[in-house]
Amino acid sequence: MADATIDLAPPAPIRSAGFWRNVGGRLRRDRTAMAAAFVLLLILLAAIFAPLIAPMDPLEGRLVNRLKPIGTEGHLLGTDELGRDMLSRLIWGGRLSLLMGVTPVVMAFVIGSAIGIVAGYAGGWTNTLIMRTIDVFYAFPSVLLAVALSGALGAGLGNALFSLTVVFIPPIARVAESVTTRLRSSDFIEAARASGAGALTIVRVHVLGNVLGPIFVYATSLIAVSMILASGLSFLGLGVRPPNPEWGLMLNTLRTAIYVQPWVAALPGVMIFMVSISFNLLADGLRSAMEVRQ
Amino acid sequence: MTSPYLSIRNLGVTFTGGTRPVRAVNDVSLDIAPGEAVALIGESGSGKSVTMRAVMRLNPEGRSRIEGRIMVGGRDVMAMDRRTLSAYRGADAAMIFQEPLLALDPVYTLGDQIIETIRRHEPITRDAARARALELFERVRIPSARSRLDNYPHEMSGGMRQRAMIALALSCRPKLLLADEPTTALDATVQMQVLLLLRELQRDLGLSILFVTHDIGAAIEVADRIAVMYAGQIVEEASARDLIRSPRHPYTLGLLKSRAHDAMVKGARLDAIPGAPPDLANLPDGCPFAPRCFLADEGCRSGGVAMQVVGPAHQARCRRLELTAAAAQDAP
Repeated sequence: MADATIDLAPPAPIRSAGFWRNVGGRLRRDRTAMAAAFVLLLILLAAIFAPLIAPMDPLEGRLVNRLKPIGTEGHLLGTDELGRDMLSRLIWGGRLSLLMGVTPVVMAFVIGSAIGIVAGYAGGWTNTLIMRTIDVFYAFPSVLLAVALSGALGAGLGNALFSLTVVFIPPIARVAESVTTRLRSSDFIEAARASGAGALTIVRVHVLGNVLGPIFVYATSLIAVSMILASGLSFLGLGVRPPNPEWGLMLNTLRTAIYVQPWVAALPGVMIFMVSISFNLLADGLRSAMEVRQ
Repeated sequence: MTSPYLSIRNLGVTFTGGTRPVRAVNDVSLDIAPGEAVALIGESGSGKSVTMRAVMRLNPEGRSRIEGRIMVGGRDVMAMDRRTLSAYRGADAAMIFQEPLLALDPVYTLGDQIIETIRRHEPITRDAARARALELFERVRIPSARSRLDNYPHEMSGGMRQRAMIALALSCRPKLLLADEPTTALDATVQMQVLLLLRELQRDLGLSILFVTHDIGAAIEVADRIAVMYAGQIVEEASARDLIRSPRHPYTLGLLKSRAHDAMVKGARLDAIPGAPPDLANLPDGCPFAPRCFLADEGCRSGGVAMQVVGPAHQARCRRLELTAAAAQDAP
């Protein structure tokens, strides 16, 4: 072998296929996951292009038109208790609802993974200190914790997002910690140490590479939970404030109309259901697509 | 003899993590010359892997107490700071593990793992590192090496994975290769191929190899010299040839007799060493093998036993060398 390497002109090295490309390929063959992704994409696009798509102003209504049934002339999905167009409100509502579903999970994903990986890799009393603190938060039912935090901080979008983030950090940190702890004693980490990798390299390359997958899948499934919790907060008047359209809030205000127009009143719930089940199915597909090691 | 590349002097490793300190390695001294292969054999828990890990300083530092001196290429391994140690690991001494599926990172391709290791130690481009990885794969005779570089560990067979592991270990051209039971997890047919490959690499690259195994057959295949460990001590050390022809320690004799190889006569019973190895947290006085030894007398059960020189480069830690020699004659 000696020195031949440097002179040896590398004949156009074949690029490795890449882990994520493999996952993508497997995911594309998963029909359920693709259908879920398609639904999510539609809803996301509708939310982004709401000003172009929505037929009417979501905030403007005429009381004479209140609680029209689905299929009314000019109001395809009826109107709400203030005579506002339901279709427009659902399209606009997707913006806030998706924001409240995704943002806390993304933030908790970053913070929770960092906490969990540090705790898991450090081990010993550092682990105990961090994880028992996390357990204190974990001990509260998530709904209760979110409501208590939002309630203490006061109603508002920012506070709702913050409290939801706090709710999601413990479960993500626990998953990250348990995966990291298992990895820490694994042979390939020792092999990496034996080949001269420092702690930072090991965490960056070997721990992150192995931990992010499982946490990512788990976090995807949390988006549905986050949306439902966010809707719950809005429902209790702690999240988005009226008259802004948000699915949970709409569900709340339409609840009084359930005997008059049950179908219209159920529409925001249907949206929440569709988005959360799609995220769950996508997470499920991701999980099986990422299982490279039989 | 030229000055040894690896020199272990009076190594002692005590694990202090549990309720009672466990003396895993006790007064082990071993030299390996440049280009020499030495096998360390012994049963599970005899301290052979711990000895090897000590050379890499892989034993948990907070929970173990290490005495003695380890010199590699004239440098004191115990005195290295973190940076020097990182540079030393992989580049001067590299290690291959027992179970390649567990010792390779499952989420990266083998090519990427080799490239990463090379670039950790040497400032070369990705393409140059990849070219060297390809060369290594060909060197360890992985068929269709070019496409195999892009395989994940789980996409390969056991033997192939161990070859890839060897390629990974050799990626920074180490002079000392530490092999921790590299064939134990493999099929019998593949074992021999890997052993022959190791032997060949050792000759071609002038590697010093410390080969840890519990398979005495594998040790004879690869090693120039064999050291037998029992309860944390080296009990006998000799050239491979001397050790099988004329064992001088009853434990070595027992190991040799327990080989299935010699007992292939139908109906013959395989000799086994009675009893179990001692508890390392509670070692008996005297020779640790005495309770299981068919030659032990009262003198063996009290007071330590020093290494006795038997012949040129042959030493054994036993008081009753002549009796063992006689017993070895009786049982050819």
